[in-house]
Amino acid sequence: MNKENEDTSFYTDSGRYRGILAWLMSTDHKRIGLMYLGALLSFFSVGVLLGVLIRLSLIAPGTIFNAQQYNQLFTIHGVMMIFLFIIPGIPVAFGNFLLPIMIGANDVAFPRLNRFTWWLYLTGALIILLALLLKGGPPDTGWTFYAPYSIETKTNVTLAVFGVFILGFSSIFTGLNFVTTIHRMRTRGMSWFRMPLFIWTLYATGWVQVLATPVLAITLVFIILGRFFGIGFFDPSRGGDPLLYEHLFWMYSHPAVYIMVLPAMGIISEVIPVFARKKIFGYHAVALSALAIAIVGYLVWGHHMFTSGMSDTARVIFSFITFLVAVPSGVKIFNWVSTLYKGSIELSSPLLFALSFIFLFSVGGLTGLIIGSLAPNLHLHGTYFIVAHFHYVMFGGAGFSFLAGLHYWFPKMFGRMYNEKRAKIGWFFLFTGFNVLYFSMFILGYQGMPRRYFEPPPQYHGWELISTIGSWLLATGLITIFNNLIRGLFSGEKAPANPWGGRTLEWTIQSPPPAENFKESPVITGNPFGHEKDRQNG
Amino acid sequence: MKRTDRMAESGPASNIKGIDYTGKKISMWIFLYTELLFFGCMFLLYAIFRSQYAAEFHISAKEEDIVLGTINTFVLLTSSCFIAISIAAIRQGKKRVSMWLQFATILCAVIFLTIKYFEWNAKIVKGIYPNSDILLGMGNGEILFFGLYYVMTGIHGLHVLIGIIVIALMVYYTHKDVITAVEFAKLENTGLYWHFVDIVWIYLFPLFYLVT
Repeated sequence: MNKENEDTSFYTDSGRYRGILAWLMSTDHKRIGLMYLGALLSFFSVGVLLGVLIRLSLIAPGTIFNAQQYNQLFTIHGVMMIFLFIIPGIPVAFGNFLLPIMIGANDVAFPRLNRFTWWLYLTGALIILLALLLKGGPPDTGWTFYAPYSIETKTNVTLAVFGVFILGFSSIFTGLNFVTTIHRMRTRGMSWFRMPLFIWTLYATGWVQVLATPVLAITLVFIILGRFFGIGFFDPSRGGDPLLYEHLFWMYSHPAVYIMVLPAMGIISEVIPVFARKKIFGYHAVALSALAIAIVGYLVWGHHMFTSGMSDTARVIFSFITFLVAVPSGVKIFNWVSTLYKGSIELSSPLLFALSFIFLFSVGGLTGLIIGSLAPNLHLHGTYFIVAHFHYVMFGGAGFSFLAGLHYWFPKMFGRMYNEKRAKIGWFFLFTGFNVLYFSMFILGYQGMPRRYFEPPPQYHGWELISTIGSWLLATGLITIFNNLIRGLFSGEKAPANPWGGRTLEWTIQSPPPAENFKESPVITGNPFGHEKDRQNG
Repeated sequence: MKRTDRMAESGPASNIKGIDYTGKKISMWIFLYTELLFFGCMFLLYAIFRSQYAAEFHISAKEEDIVLGTINTFVLLTSSCFIAISIAAIRQGKKRVSMWLQFATILCAVIFLTIKYFEWNAKIVKGIYPNSDILLGMGNGEILFFGLYYVMTGIHGLHVLIGIIVIALMVYYTHKDVITAVEFAKLENTGLYWHFVDIVWIYLFPLFYLVT
């Protein structure tokens, strides 16, 4: 990158405002994406810290935290990780930064609405932080806010729930904006099946955000109304039914799993062809399976409630559809592996994270089938097995993919390179620590250790200890990774426009991109691939 | 919406000047889907509780003032009509007519909320409101019916209130020529929103007033 490029990047074009307002008031999708990224990673760090504290408390219950504090600890860990990090996650950070560039547009469809979602996100986050600090104390319900306890507890559930409600609207408007952008803002020649696969997953995710989040929003309103006005829709003493809360909650929160995982799959579908130097295997199947997951994912919420009290018919149907949703996920896994076959593989850090994603997500997905079938579920429901399963899917899946995307697009976003060797060392500690931490939980859960217990019975102490040691390895890995990225940010080499040999549109413009993205609208004449291997094969 | 460049192999190619008319309409419809789900959950709860407490719902609905409810239905339908004509007017370039019709829509909305206020007030005076001793002394079916009544008409009323603010903004935009005969997507989307609010009421009316 030469001097001239740096002067014309979006970092120097601040618009009407100066100082911090040049960021907060900006409608540039790239600036909004970066602000989101910074906020997400801050909350992620806090969430990791809380997670490490939870693990620490479990090997010596009572020495650092009492039982009530422990309940609050895992609640805040969940609320932060789920609502402030992983659900907004990839779409708001990478989606905002890259969606317009990858489809050859100057910005999203509604730039000011985009900025509004960022403000909503900040407001929601602030309200949740208030809930932690104000008198009454942080909520102790678990991140699911299950009624009737969430209506009775004296902790600041109202504030936290209201914060999540606001975040929900941020999510809805982001989804609405992205869907419209993808429909109407594609550049000339970019037909649906010439879109990069990351865009396909953002499209599917956008629909899920739009069509699932309102259900959560109104459910949370009922909690608030229940606390303030005694509206008893979930209160059996007033004719209500707590089971209805679980249904409404999971009607959103299961599709929300796909809000987290679909864009993660999109990143993997971008990274693997580039580092295998090969066209993705089965482009159409990968693209359409994203939609299939989004659609079928709506109909499986009942599998969170197999032991809550449902008719056998309902349970058999939910179990069957749960198995169905594994099919499109499996299609994607096979396609990624087939893409690697006979590729010219360059094992750079983004690919390392992507390969870890495939492994960890497969473990998470396959254990999902175990707990998705009715008989094992009775044994495993509410145990560490569930905790291990969803950490494999969310952290091992969405989290690792987030890191893959961060290492892949870091040069484009910041115009700097990071140290490859340190990234790999960090990955090694993270990957090892991750498996030590969470695989122990599969074993604990299988042995019958219930989740959320403050004091594990003595026979579980051994695996609890191993799991906690894993959390230290994992934290070491994350510290190494972010230390490396921050060093790269300030003192890394200047990044060229296309350091990896990517074939999508973001690699055709300078790093970091100019404020208007493209001087002239690009015209697309083929698929988003065309790597060396493809050209060799003709 | 005419699209002359609709070729199988090309995108919409509208990336230079931001989003087009179709894009604006798409986004509004998507927003209305979310609203539909938002209210849909409440209707779902209504359906479940009514199937459990059909007799109690039947009795409780006698508390509702059917005359005021009917008047309100007419007021809201009329307002929907006004805003529809206001869009037709602005498309013909009749700025003042359009502004008056938008103003009439606001007026209807205010009348609707005023009547709603008297209805709520009449019940509250009788001691029927959430968490009141009188209501808690009734059966579970009654508690749920009036709980749903206050929540659903309350959130609907909130939408009417937001509608008033948005339409007032449209009057201002029309005055400032932001909304014109060629650039009327804002007003049209507001109209869509208003019709939606109207439709929700059309379902609320029979569910709370006519189930006696």
